[in-house]
Amino acid sequence: MFTDGPRNQRVVVIGAGIVGNSLVYHLSRLGVTDLTLIDKGPLPNPGGSTGHASNFIFPVDHSKEMTSLTLESMRQYKDLDVFIESGGIEIARTEERMQELTRRVASAKAWGIEPVELLSPEQVKELVPFINEQLILGAFFTPGAGVVDSLRAGTIMRERAIDAGMTVQANTEVLGIDVERGRVRRLRTTKGDIDADLVVIACGAWSPRIARMAGATIPLTPMVHQMIDIGPAPRFANTTKLIEYPIIRDMDTNMYERQEGTGLEIGSYAHRPITLGAEDIPSIEEAALTPTELPFTQQDFDPQMEQALELMPEIVGDESVGMKYAINGVLSVTHDGMPLLGETPEVKGLWSAAAVWIKEGPGAGKTVAELIVQGESEIDVYESNVARAYPCQRTRSHIVARASEGFNKMYGIVHPGEQWASDRNVRLSPFHERERQLRAVFYEAAGWERPHWYESNAGLLDEYADHITKREAEWDSRWWSPIINAEHLAMRDRAAMIDLSSFAIFDVTGQAALDTVQRVAMRQMNVENGRVVYTPLLTPSGGFKQDLTVMRLADDTFRVVTGGAYGMSDLKWFADHLPADGSAQVHDQTNAWTTLGLWGPRARDILASITEDDVSHDGLPFAHCKQIEVGPLNVLASRISYVGDLGWELYVPIEQGARLWDLIAEAGEPYRIIPAGAGVYGTTGRLEKCYRAYGAELEGDYNVVEAGMAWGKIKDEDFIGKEAHVRHREGESAAVLCTLTVGDHASRSGVKRYMLGNEPVLSRDGRSLIDRKGRHSYITSAGAGPSVGKHILMSYLPPEHAVVGEELAVEYMGERYPVTVATNDSTPLFDPDNRRIRS
Amino acid sequence: MNILVCVKRVPLTGGKIVLTEDERAISTRHLGFTISPHEECGCEEAVRLIEQHGGSSTVLTLGPPEAEEQLRDMMAIGIDRAVHLLTDGEEWDPQATASAIAASIGAEPEPYELLLFGNESADAGNYQVAIRVAYKLGLPCVTGIKAISVQDGHVRCEQEMPGGSRDVYELPMPAVVTVKEGINLPRYPSVPGRLRAKRKPVESSTPARAGEPKSGLEMVRLTLPPGSGKQAEVLGDGAGAAPAVVGVLHELGLV
Amino acid sequence: MVLLFAERSDDELFRQALAFARGLDGDQLHAVGIDDADGYSPDGWASALAQLIRERAPGAVLSPGSERGNEVLAHVAAQLDLPFAANCVSVAPGDPLTVTRVRWGGSLLEEARLHGSPALVTVAPHAVAADTTGVEVELVGPAPEAQTRMSERLEAVSAGVSLADADVVVSGGRGVGSAEGFVIIEELADLLGGAVGCSRAVTSAGWRPHTDQVGQTGTKISPSLYIACGISGATQHMAGCKGAKKLLAINPDREASIFANADYVVIGDLHEVVPAISAEIRRTRGG
Repeated sequence: MFTDGPRNQRVVVIGAGIVGNSLVYHLSRLGVTDLTLIDKGPLPNPGGSTGHASNFIFPVDHSKEMTSLTLESMRQYKDLDVFIESGGIEIARTEERMQELTRRVASAKAWGIEPVELLSPEQVKELVPFINEQLILGAFFTPGAGVVDSLRAGTIMRERAIDAGMTVQANTEVLGIDVERGRVRRLRTTKGDIDADLVVIACGAWSPRIARMAGATIPLTPMVHQMIDIGPAPRFANTTKLIEYPIIRDMDTNMYERQEGTGLEIGSYAHRPITLGAEDIPSIEEAALTPTELPFTQQDFDPQMEQALELMPEIVGDESVGMKYAINGVLSVTHDGMPLLGETPEVKGLWSAAAVWIKEGPGAGKTVAELIVQGESEIDVYESNVARAYPCQRTRSHIVARASEGFNKMYGIVHPGEQWASDRNVRLSPFHERERQLRAVFYEAAGWERPHWYESNAGLLDEYADHITKREAEWDSRWWSPIINAEHLAMRDRAAMIDLSSFAIFDVTGQAALDTVQRVAMRQMNVENGRVVYTPLLTPSGGFKQDLTVMRLADDTFRVVTGGAYGMSDLKWFADHLPADGSAQVHDQTNAWTTLGLWGPRARDILASITEDDVSHDGLPFAHCKQIEVGPLNVLASRISYVGDLGWELYVPIEQGARLWDLIAEAGEPYRIIPAGAGVYGTTGRLEKCYRAYGAELEGDYNVVEAGMAWGKIKDEDFIGKEAHVRHREGESAAVLCTLTVGDHASRSGVKRYMLGNEPVLSRDGRSLIDRKGRHSYITSAGAGPSVGKHILMSYLPPEHAVVGEELAVEYMGERYPVTVATNDSTPLFDPDNRRIRS
Repeated sequence: MNILVCVKRVPLTGGKIVLTEDERAISTRHLGFTISPHEECGCEEAVRLIEQHGGSSTVLTLGPPEAEEQLRDMMAIGIDRAVHLLTDGEEWDPQATASAIAASIGAEPEPYELLLFGNESADAGNYQVAIRVAYKLGLPCVTGIKAISVQDGHVRCEQEMPGGSRDVYELPMPAVVTVKEGINLPRYPSVPGRLRAKRKPVESSTPARAGEPKSGLEMVRLTLPPGSGKQAEVLGDGAGAAPAVVGVLHELGLV
Repeated sequence: MVLLFAERSDDELFRQALAFARGLDGDQLHAVGIDDADGYSPDGWASALAQLIRERAPGAVLSPGSERGNEVLAHVAAQLDLPFAANCVSVAPGDPLTVTRVRWGGSLLEEARLHGSPALVTVAPHAVAADTTGVEVELVGPAPEAQTRMSERLEAVSAGVSLADADVVVSGGRGVGSAEGFVIIEELADLLGGAVGCSRAVTSAGWRPHTDQVGQTGTKISPSLYIACGISGATQHMAGCKGAKKLLAINPDREASIFANADYVVIGDLHEVVPAISAEIRRTRGG
């Protein structure tokens, strides 16, 4: 009945919402014209979430990655001439919110979004005359916020792709996806089959359903967001512009209000979390409106109407203004609030561009197009990598629990250390029972329960009372304990055992194992068996893909150990770079091995007391590993350290972990060993040693030279990013990673404040520091250095400021604090000669 | 003046209807609920008449507990009071429905001068409940009304006839009148209206169902009518289809 | 014996009801009309029918499912306290009688048992093909004790073609976008000598008066050609245009429900397609 399109395509994109349309435009811009876009609905509005979206954009987010995607999207919307800059105002009804708004100012400055400013209630009233300013204490104003026409944007981008040669198949439903030998082959649709090398699922709320057809998962859940339109308001009768007033976000009530024409749209994230199953979304034919505009549930919205009425009585309270439209709109939410971008780990050639909202849509489309065509994207989206989720994080139950918990935090005040409350205790280490008895305070790491500190160590607070700084401000001490600092000091004095079960571990084996790791890793991998190499992994353009350690266990066996947070993304990175002929393999060993760290000046005494094997400095030198017998256990002891002290990572099969714990604890007793948490491992121990962390200092945006890690000669063998790395070494760095310390912690009120990370670094007189690539300086990591008696910060600075002794400032909670550059290379603040780890 | 409007909760359907497994109802898994447009206009008319003449308006429904939503919707546009005759959700036939409504009206301390119904319900379309209620209460009744005015204890009603002429009836009140969409354009509820409606009480009671279970008009099952069996002829895409369309118009002798 | 009430004896609906009644009991069919010299009275007419029913004891009483047919039979049902099935498309003999009746303006059918004698049934429009042979209609007088009687008839003050009688109807839906958007719909309707219609979404938005609304709660039409522009085909709307002999749907959505009922389809934006059709008509006429 209908004309058919091409039967064989390089790329097929499913979903003609803002994401799919943007994606096909960027793909065709990058030269992919062997391209089809299909959607089961009609055009221009196929009935997905784009069609009913509220379409406003506030650029400032505490997440740098999300902000980057949003800024890129705004740039594109402006280019397409579908952006109306209305300004946006986030209002505060509480003191706590006012403090949060100062944090948003800081994030804006850190990510380079200026101007922004805090407004008084009177200033808000001037901009939005119909607001009840008596209810508010102040507001955060982003003049650059605005409203877009996302349907129009999508149409323009789709048409550009058509002009470049793309085929569009609307009203075409996907019935199946054929996978052959782990690779996508064919799409079965209501209009026939299409062979495809690459299929991108950009289906919003339908994405999980489509992915399942190929045996893959796209871990998101559809959720409901309520919105109503009221009007026409006599107050707006004389508006001359479509959007005349700034958008209001009433943060403390989880609501927004925005004028458009003579109407006002009111939306809410305050209602009970309503998650939907795939079967809860009706077909186009069954839906009373569109499939993603579900029937409004009035009772869920009642409290919000009261709050809107109170805030804007002149509009909302007008008896002549009617509720013309009200829906439970469907949107996509993930377990951690970030999008799902990239190739699925389950099926080669099957890609996800899902859980993306209007504000980041075109940026996400561009990013995925670049990943497909170039293998990396201008914006590093490691937090949005669809591969990041562990299998247990891909379950429906987990996604629903976390999406529900996150829903009401959409406008929430979320502390950087805040932990999830729902669906915990999923991954428990073999040490867990012991840790519970020691009253560990558990944080979640890659789904694992990991002690952050141990309440059983509270006694150390007295012992180290003179060296521990208490934090006076509640915010600074939330999700923190001075016990962390006490554990740190006890480790430096004696020894500590640290649960490292959340490590992701995989073995690269086979005839071509060396070639594989050599190609993926920056440093020389052709080392003798038993060597441990700490190495960056680079992106093609020389940015950081990861940093990790690799143990050469045998000629053809390399064990890769990486942090849990991005372990699954790293696994995929290795898998993606295996030779096509099968001569090397990668095996995930994460759930086979557990790791216990043992560090401190007494670590060797302890280990030596329970093993016959030689663990002396000569018997097991730094950066080496070997199998030793500890009681009945065969332990792989790897002599490296992320805390700057003598010791080992001790690996045993997971079922033997508890015994290892007991053996170490017992042997350590005479040396007063303590258990220490991740507060020491990830922050205090690390920062004193100026060790960089992936996801903080190390990102795709920065290179090895800028990070101060370009020591040694470049290996002869080829590796990913080599060409760029060579160039980086030859050129002048745009930024230099520095360690800074805080000169004076006292705020205006006299309370000492301790920054937590992501704050902007400014000149003493308050100017932003911007490097020649346009990147603003901000604090990448912050934390206590108990042994050096300083609060330690790291930041990339433009070279002219990256001078030891340079006096700068950090803005925190609306005030500036003096800081000084302590090092401008990787020289540690504590034990600068590394005597401890090499003794 | 006291005015009663009777309404019925019905699903808000899309383009395609899906039945429940027992084939006795529409599957409402994805659907919201509403009342017949005729009834919505009845409520609007009641609100306008009360605004004009003073008095009080009441909305009444016979239906499941969830039908309270529709009562509140109508109070949100200005109906003063709500009466809910609760059922277990099973649809009652017109005779049982009329008996329960008439009994409820008869038990009201204050009589109604005007009892408004929709001309027919959106779903069942039985065309008889209002008339049966009128007989049970001994009141005059007219149907299909598109204009109402009240004066001196009389209600003047205009009934639309095929072809556009209008038959006029003058009834002494109290009277039963069924109205049709088009009598007015109902207002949207305002937010203050919604909030008032939320706080208002709903007077509910559980009437006994009159009649034997297998009596009257006994619904057995619902079926979807067979498809048209038509295979549409696609005349083309966009403006380029115009010549083909005109070709069809020629064939049909219309140009 | 079947008693067939002829509210009017000269129209299509009556001839359909007649065919339906013949199918039920072709041998003993009695058609009666009411002498309307005094003007229409629903309860008066019903009383006269009720009297006949008492006298002649028919097995079933039928009427066309017109507004008045339904009204009068509902009055009869109330007077005699009998069940009544409105708008039936078929009746299966038996005790009780099993009827299939129209719900949701025809989007759904209900199978029901009608307990009661005589069975009171109205015949849904288009349930069966009209009878072509005719029947003699006995005229009886209305009951004298009528409570309600029409007092006056206001004649239609209609200019142009009435929607219900038009041979071509061009309708616009939500897709038209605004009141102004109907200019192109009006233009095409003028060119075809037809009437303009619209969907309920349009009247609710205030773009067109309710008198233009085609649908379950609007006007039910039966033109030779119905042109539906930007109308998705909700059940409410389809109930009003079922009577159209041919349906041409113009919609950008290939899966729009309206296509399932269409004879001709143009996929596209009505804002482009409709003016193009008008231009083409002018061109062919000019040429």
